[in-house]
Amino acid sequence: MADKKNAKAYWKENIRYVLILMAVWFIVSFGAGILFKDALNSVKIGGFKLGFWFAQQGSMYVFVVLIFVYVRLMNKLDKKYGYDV
Amino acid sequence: MYSLLAEGIGVQNWTYILVGITFTLYIGIAIWSRAGSTKEFYVAGGGVSPLANGMATAADWMSAASFISMAGIISFAGYDGAVYLMGWTGGYVLLALLLAPYLRKFGKFTVPDFIGDRYYSKTARIVAVFCALLVSFTYVAGQMRGVGIVFSRFLEVDINTGVIIGMLIVLFYAVLGGMKGITYTQVAQYCVLIFAFMVPAIFVSIQMTGNPIPQLGFGGELTDGSGTYLLDKLDGLSTQLGFSEYTEGSKPLIDVFAITLALMVGTAGLPHVIVRFFTVKRVKDARKSAGIALLLIVLLYSTAPAVAVFARTNMIETVSNKPYVDVPDWFTKWETTGLISFTDKNKDGLIKYVANKEQNELVVDRDIMVLANPEIANLPDWVIALVAAGGLAAALSTAAGLLLVISASVSHDLIKKIINPKISEKGELIAARLSAVGAVCVAGYFGINPPGFVAAVVALAFGLAAASFFPAIILGIFYKRMNKEGAIAGMVVGITAMLLYMIKYKLGWFDETLPDKSEWWFGISPEGFGSIAMLLNFIVSIVIMKLTPAPPEDVQEIVENIRIPSGAGEATH
Repeated sequence: MADKKNAKAYWKENIRYVLILMAVWFIVSFGAGILFKDALNSVKIGGFKLGFWFAQQGSMYVFVVLIFVYVRLMNKLDKKYGYDV
Repeated sequence: MYSLLAEGIGVQNWTYILVGITFTLYIGIAIWSRAGSTKEFYVAGGGVSPLANGMATAADWMSAASFISMAGIISFAGYDGAVYLMGWTGGYVLLALLLAPYLRKFGKFTVPDFIGDRYYSKTARIVAVFCALLVSFTYVAGQMRGVGIVFSRFLEVDINTGVIIGMLIVLFYAVLGGMKGITYTQVAQYCVLIFAFMVPAIFVSIQMTGNPIPQLGFGGELTDGSGTYLLDKLDGLSTQLGFSEYTEGSKPLIDVFAITLALMVGTAGLPHVIVRFFTVKRVKDARKSAGIALLLIVLLYSTAPAVAVFARTNMIETVSNKPYVDVPDWFTKWETTGLISFTDKNKDGLIKYVANKEQNELVVDRDIMVLANPEIANLPDWVIALVAAGGLAAALSTAAGLLLVISASVSHDLIKKIINPKISEKGELIAARLSAVGAVCVAGYFGINPPGFVAAVVALAFGLAAASFFPAIILGIFYKRMNKEGAIAGMVVGITAMLLYMIKYKLGWFDETLPDKSEWWFGISPEGFGSIAMLLNFIVSIVIMKLTPAPPEDVQEIVENIRIPSGAGEATH
């Protein structure tokens, strides 16, 4: 039974991480890159309009960072619950 | 000999040398890493390191379309091209967070394996095999064609000979090495293709903006001393010629949204991508190698929009409103291949390039933007040849990955699991090799005689994957009560809806002529419809599941088990 409880708590924390990271995933791509790109385009960084930059550059960089953040979080979580063997 | 002395080695010979060296390398690797067991053949023995798997996944993923066509498509679509950039990278976040770790823990050989076991049903397995074959065949035909095109343009053999040479090479290392051979050749192919893509991009970026990093260069100022930003200049040129502003695009918002989503979800549902994560040792390796794969993919994908801007600006400046008699050599050279064509409609001797189709005199094939970019920018011969080797690496690595999925679907999912479960390990290995041979022949046939609809259908392979696998796998992991009735109904409805929409609005087989854009549901293109079909799949699965009994205890235990990362044993039958 202790095993099951452990597994449940682990799963709950995992889901919380996934939801937070997926929210960021959605905001940078569908949000900044698509839905709000016109508003963001009024801001310019160098030669880039910000909405355009998110759509063609920024969102991809954030995606890479998201996966590595998840890898770190999960490696820690695995250790905490003793699943890192 | 004369030309050798006069002009150095020359593009042609450089191409032979570079393609020759890379092909020898691939064959050498294949001989070194041949597969001795079904486990080595299907999942490379399950002991691939996260870095090697990341590189192999990146090469597997980036096809001739990514390498040759994507920058060109973006350079004509402007902002709208972002659907491919975000769509084909965002899917890896889904893979890393929602699929790869659990499928690795599950520890089987193929995607239909997961569907068949999780949904405790032969029917589910057969539906999954059908979807896997449909997706993979449409995709692989396009790759073989890509191989043929690169051969014919750079080595001056005809397209068919090119396809056959490509078939023989893939046949050799896929049949001999299986997943093991494919993995290590893909590692080499990644190195070749990324080098070949970056070198010309860096050269051109320095030329146009003085910045060696293309990702920054295309947001920088021009080197001509005017102080104008490159993107502002391109926006200006585009509007002058009657196109919409480059950084604004022209597709409706809802369609951009739908296509991006369909491509993301489709990427995460493609069997040849998923299966790569069965080859690593532990669950944590699956997560990590997804991260490495995406990093390596983004290296190319973030460069592509820069190449698109450079090439488009360069092209407009070089040819627009210039006298036809003064065009540079590369223009005439690509004109003979039919990829550029000029008809002097108003007979003024000038090249008129405008958005208005009636008046426009210049037609440019999108693929030229990458293939001819080094020539347009006057780069050395070896760089031009490098692009050919890179294009071949991209096409071959993807084709090999797809062929493996096809052969595993036939030998493992159909023969071993359904037709003849008593087949010996040796027999299954022979069957796997024979199915690979068969698959190469079919793919080659479609490469040589492409049915008119292949090109149209390849783009939709993502929609098909999104509509079929993605919901079934996600629900299988995250929803313990999901049962076989729900999953099967969902997959069937999803893929049928996608096929019907595609046939009606992309192929036009239901009507006399292809229906107009204005008839699309909610303004969503066939490319974007995968996201609607996926939603349908989710809804149908859940509704049917509510009306039917819960899955058996032991299946619910499987689900609990895959959620825990420890104890991921070796992949088994």
